[in-house]
Amino acid sequence: MRPTATPLLLATLLTATALSACGSGSGSSPDTVRISFKQSTDNSIRVMDTYLGQMKKEFEKANPGKKVELVPIKAPDSEYYTKLQQMLRSPKTAPDLVYEDTFLINSDITSGYLKPLDAYLDKWPDWNQFIDTAKSAARAQDGKTYGVPDGTDTRGLWFDKGVFQKAGLPADWQPKNWDDVLSAARTIKRKVPGVVPLNVYTGKPAGEAATMQGFEMLLYGTGDGKTDPMYDAGSKKWITGSQAFKDALTFVETVYKEKLGPDVSDALDPNYGTTVRGELLPKGKIGIDLDGSWLPQDWQQGAGHEWPEWSQKLGLAYMPTQHGQAPGKVSMSGGWTWAIPSKAGNPDLAFKFVETMQTKANAQKWYIANSGIAVRKDVASDPAYIQAQPGIKFFTDLVASTHYRPAYPAYPKVSTAVQEAMEGVTTGDSSVDKAASGYDEELKTATDGQVVGK
Amino acid sequence: MPAVSSRRPGRPRLLARALPLAPAVVLLLLFLAGPIAYCAYIAFTDLQLTGQAHSSFVGFENFRAAFKDEAFLNAVWLTLVFTVLSSLVGQNTLGLALAALMQRASKPVRTLVGGIVITAWVLPEVVAGFLLYAFFRREGTLNAILDWLHLPTQNWLFTLPILAVSFANVWRGTAFSMLVYSAALNEIPKEITEAAEVDGAGGWRRMWHITLPMIRRSIGTNLMLNTLQTLSVFGLIWVMTRGGPGNRSQTLPLFMYEQAFQKSMIGYGTAVALLLLVVGALFSVVYMRLLRTEV
Repeated sequence: MRPTATPLLLATLLTATALSACGSGSGSSPDTVRISFKQSTDNSIRVMDTYLGQMKKEFEKANPGKKVELVPIKAPDSEYYTKLQQMLRSPKTAPDLVYEDTFLINSDITSGYLKPLDAYLDKWPDWNQFIDTAKSAARAQDGKTYGVPDGTDTRGLWFDKGVFQKAGLPADWQPKNWDDVLSAARTIKRKVPGVVPLNVYTGKPAGEAATMQGFEMLLYGTGDGKTDPMYDAGSKKWITGSQAFKDALTFVETVYKEKLGPDVSDALDPNYGTTVRGELLPKGKIGIDLDGSWLPQDWQQGAGHEWPEWSQKLGLAYMPTQHGQAPGKVSMSGGWTWAIPSKAGNPDLAFKFVETMQTKANAQKWYIANSGIAVRKDVASDPAYIQAQPGIKFFTDLVASTHYRPAYPAYPKVSTAVQEAMEGVTTGDSSVDKAASGYDEELKTATDGQVVGK
Repeated sequence: MPAVSSRRPGRPRLLARALPLAPAVVLLLLFLAGPIAYCAYIAFTDLQLTGQAHSSFVGFENFRAAFKDEAFLNAVWLTLVFTVLSSLVGQNTLGLALAALMQRASKPVRTLVGGIVITAWVLPEVVAGFLLYAFFRREGTLNAILDWLHLPTQNWLFTLPILAVSFANVWRGTAFSMLVYSAALNEIPKEITEAAEVDGAGGWRRMWHITLPMIRRSIGTNLMLNTLQTLSVFGLIWVMTRGGPGNRSQTLPLFMYEQAFQKSMIGYGTAVALLLLVVGALFSVVYMRLLRTEV
């Protein structure tokens, strides 16, 4: 038996090391807080990395012996969520603090991935500074709060004054209904060749941007602004077969059918959003862009695509309702939150880090760096914040007429169904009616039949 | 070490020989058989990546849902188109043609052609994908050439996505068939072809009546390997079109990815993966039957 003993021993050792190597995912030391966040796929955009780097320094100085480890996930939105969820599934890989989109947070709460923060929030005086809608952004159906919002956002129309001048359109343009938007785009198409007249995000590759910046900005402008056209809160069911849905799809179809939008193949490029912000808008290649309040974060000093003159080159207009009916304006709001995974090794330390990030001064620094809309009352009323950037006032005023997504657990799947319907009318593969009935079918599957016809 | 009580004197020795294999077997079971078995299990559950508190066993529900799902049927159809076009027709025929031509070519030509074809094959899939994306895209090489010839251009990845990715797969995978067939053709004794030539058989007849029957086994092997490789192509299509526009180039592997990781329906995605396995098995069975006759 002698000769076999050595190799056997060796093999056993190897196996043991292989197994333990696979099992040492997090190496969670009690003094290290691991933080996962979304890194831009555009290498020159490092707004968040820079900010978190500063916070890390501040935190480590204030808490000697404690370490912060940043774990960036570099991916487009939709893939970021997937990677994050896979990390959250196991204590070996779960970070201590994660950056969660409010659109997904309910879904992840239902999965048991996140920890309720009420115990921490009760002892944290700053929490009272948060506006109520922001507090409820990460409140689940069980009444507990699972995330601390780091700002919110609103949406509107960005337009290029240079293009407008060439097209003979006013520099203080403000459309009153959908037709005004389309006719401006038609004018640009006629008079200014070589630019994209109107950009509306669409299709699966754009992910949630297509649903929220594109479709919902239309859908929520169809009614009286008081009732939710997607989800019926009374019966707790999702709405199928509504005319509003078809109207919004028809708008998208018109944009792409009449070639008022980007070339379809560009629109369906997963990195198109990055291209719009980084290249097309700064180069004056887009007439009107239906987009979010955060765009300037890429154009600030040190952000990557420095474009200090953007505020002279671009104008802002609110998105009007379908026929100009009251309330006249429409905007959607979402935002991101800091949440603590249920499998985190150091939840207490993680919340301590949140407290560091969300002091008034640091929160303000972040809102401005990130072109976010303040969710702290003390910052929102601070003149330094309001004057920090052109456009902040415009987008902060939109909070009054904004809508929140029905971000229930089924929402991510509903959102995908919306993107598929959009993509169908964008490519011309399906008519509005066919795409809408496809959505109704998908909706039944996505929500386990919790639907109601309107 | 082990004092095994056994009546046969050969036993301890057998055990002694098996023991060194044990760690490898344990590793294989843990890291290969384990995950496969787990996959087979979750195909029968409604496991999701997010949005549910508990998953439960649902029997054949995922498979039932698949056959009712238009997008799945579309993916099956596209997978067949992609496989037949790029593997059966493209790689196979082109590989055989190249091999046959190279038989007669001079050495420098052979080296050059072989070198080019094999280069395309050894490139990583993602790199090949980007190259062909650059070739087919709207401002790409193909349109530049067409433009220069004054022919109409179009956005190929948008108008004919499944053809574009099939072509890409032919471009990338032909080398393998070429190598297999070169080896097979070298095995054919010269005397037979020469005798046929003396009897007055032309090139096509020699090919049909002598060459093909004699390399039948290689054809079978090559078809099988080729098909199985093609069925699982993911990176190439992902880089070029992401299965789009719409789902006009969404083959089964891409459909699987979308269901499991983009719509978080892991259970359903895994069930589709098992169905893909079945498709592969069906192809294999057909080839085996077709090529069973003896020479």
